[in-house]
Amino acid sequence: MGKTNIRGLFVVGLTAILLAGCASNEPDNGPGMDPGTQAPSGAAEPVEKPKPTPEPVKPMVDRGKIVVPLDELGASETLTGIFHFDFDQAIVKRAGHAELNKHAQVLSTNSRLRVRLEGHADERGTREYNLALGERRANAIRAYLVAQGVSRSQVEVISYGEEKPVNSGHSESSWAQNRRVEVVYR
Amino acid sequence: MKQVLRCILILSAVWGFSAKSELRIEVTKGVDNAVRVAVVPFEWHGRGKLHQEIAEIVNSDLRLSGRFHALPVEQMLSLPNRVDEIFFRDWRLLNIDYLVIGSLESTGQGIKLQFELINVFKQSVEASLTIVGGEHEIRDMSHYVSDVVFEKLTGIEGAFSTQIMYITATGPDNERLFRLNIADADGHRVNTIMESKEPLLSATWSPDGEKVAYVSFEKDSRPAIYIQELGTGRKQQITDFSGLNSAPAFSPDGEQLALVLSKDGNPEIYILDLQTRRLRRITHHYGIDTEPSWTADGKAIIFTSNRGGKPQIYQMRLEDFRIERLTFEGDYNAKASLLPDGSGLVMVHRRNGIFHISYLDLKYGRLTVLTETSLDESPSVAPNGSMLIYATQLRDKGILGAVSIDGGVKFNLPSSEGDVREPAWSPKKRRVFKPILEDPVPQRAEGSSKTGIN
Repeated sequence: MGKTNIRGLFVVGLTAILLAGCASNEPDNGPGMDPGTQAPSGAAEPVEKPKPTPEPVKPMVDRGKIVVPLDELGASETLTGIFHFDFDQAIVKRAGHAELNKHAQVLSTNSRLRVRLEGHADERGTREYNLALGERRANAIRAYLVAQGVSRSQVEVISYGEEKPVNSGHSESSWAQNRRVEVVYR
Repeated sequence: MKQVLRCILILSAVWGFSAKSELRIEVTKGVDNAVRVAVVPFEWHGRGKLHQEIAEIVNSDLRLSGRFHALPVEQMLSLPNRVDEIFFRDWRLLNIDYLVIGSLESTGQGIKLQFELINVFKQSVEASLTIVGGEHEIRDMSHYVSDVVFEKLTGIEGAFSTQIMYITATGPDNERLFRLNIADADGHRVNTIMESKEPLLSATWSPDGEKVAYVSFEKDSRPAIYIQELGTGRKQQITDFSGLNSAPAFSPDGEQLALVLSKDGNPEIYILDLQTRRLRRITHHYGIDTEPSWTADGKAIIFTSNRGGKPQIYQMRLEDFRIERLTFEGDYNAKASLLPDGSGLVMVHRRNGIFHISYLDLKYGRLTVLTETSLDESPSVAPNGSMLIYATQLRDKGILGAVSIDGGVKFNLPSSEGDVREPAWSPKKRRVFKPILEDPVPQRAEGSSKTGIN
């Protein structure tokens, strides 16, 4: 399943690049085209394949999250930017691999994109140790992305330790949510 | 290097922030054989404001220490201010062991405080002292009286004149406001010395008590170590490396700062010479090395490392970098600091999945869990080595707790707002008074026996 996803994504990525290329040429043709005249021609033959898309379709950053186009019709996917860890561990879980692969794909095909990996820990244990642990987790995610072809220069790592919990509760489930790395696009 | 260590001097006016909510002490466990003391309201000679609060403050100090039972004023049968005014029968009737009496006098420039500690059973004067302080130093003078009484009766130096630094976090999760505060050991006179919307942690005192170092994320939401002078409020950025800038700890002579950086890819302990700005790395391990603290002689560093797989406490001799593991019990031991005499250390220790503060006797290797609370962290030992203060959770709120090293006394210091965390006990007293030598011969009470206590 992972394989097909990757391939699918690769195609999407390529399409994105191609479309992005088209989009950048668009201003040249743009002024010559009259939307008013084009519309009727489209209406005359509904089954006709679409003309060059008016919107540039490339990954977009929206409040730290990355929105990846899935097809040329405008469908898109917002990638999950949160990866969880076990207590006192900095091992990237298998469950997150597929999603991380998507991030790696987007980053390696869009070299201008930058991400910040924010490492966090749950409140148990000491603050300084947790800062170190948060950094280890973020580093582990970075190592994974770099192994998938992402340039180190695109990735910044920072640890907040236990200082910025997403859930301020004191139960096992709150702690599980807080032990995380957040992938923040900038 | 210069660039990296570039110093930003900011004259911050933060020292002047208005007093925030004070901490309130609640004794949760006192000693079984608490000494019964009565602090009689002091007599006031002079014009102007009546300083009635002295006896109240001393009373409260002694009561909150968990070692004394202080008699409320309304239960006193008489209110003597001089030794010859004491009717010992009154106090024996009330089962009072010791009596504190005294008087205050305006000297024009300040206030002269004279007090006596009386042993009711022996009818003897255990201490008779006179100090002079400013009009605004009533609290300091009161804590001085408490310190003297405490030391005379327990043999342990009092810590009522010391201060506690701590961090508060208030407001909702996504809009937290962090404050660094310093208060008297009894929770009064809170002063905010720094506030930020970004995390603030690891605050620590310089050995002379005149500066503090801390980690703040105030600049670009990235961590950096700062040193702030308490007298002037002047703040200096000490580190600005990529990665962690964490866990500062002043050396006992105040000339060096141990700290943690991950600029070389991994959390390692470094020592920064504050004069020359020379930085030297002292640990070399792919594991986490953090939370350095110094031995009293400055010749070794105690630190937390997971080099053995789980966090444990290690000691490194700086002379030859020889490393020795100190903790073997449990799978999570962290943030250790030594008692002033080096006989043992306090640390965060996990037992049955719960994080407690523990004491490790280094001579016999015996580990004692001191706290019954959970999620305990940041133990900080009082300069007298007999109490420690730490951070814990009570009803979903971060509060401070304190416990004596022998486990006999416990109290909480809840705050009315927000989470309180990371207490650090000041190494020095806020104000030191020198007793004036007046009448070298202490007055002897009626009847009398010569022997003092202790």
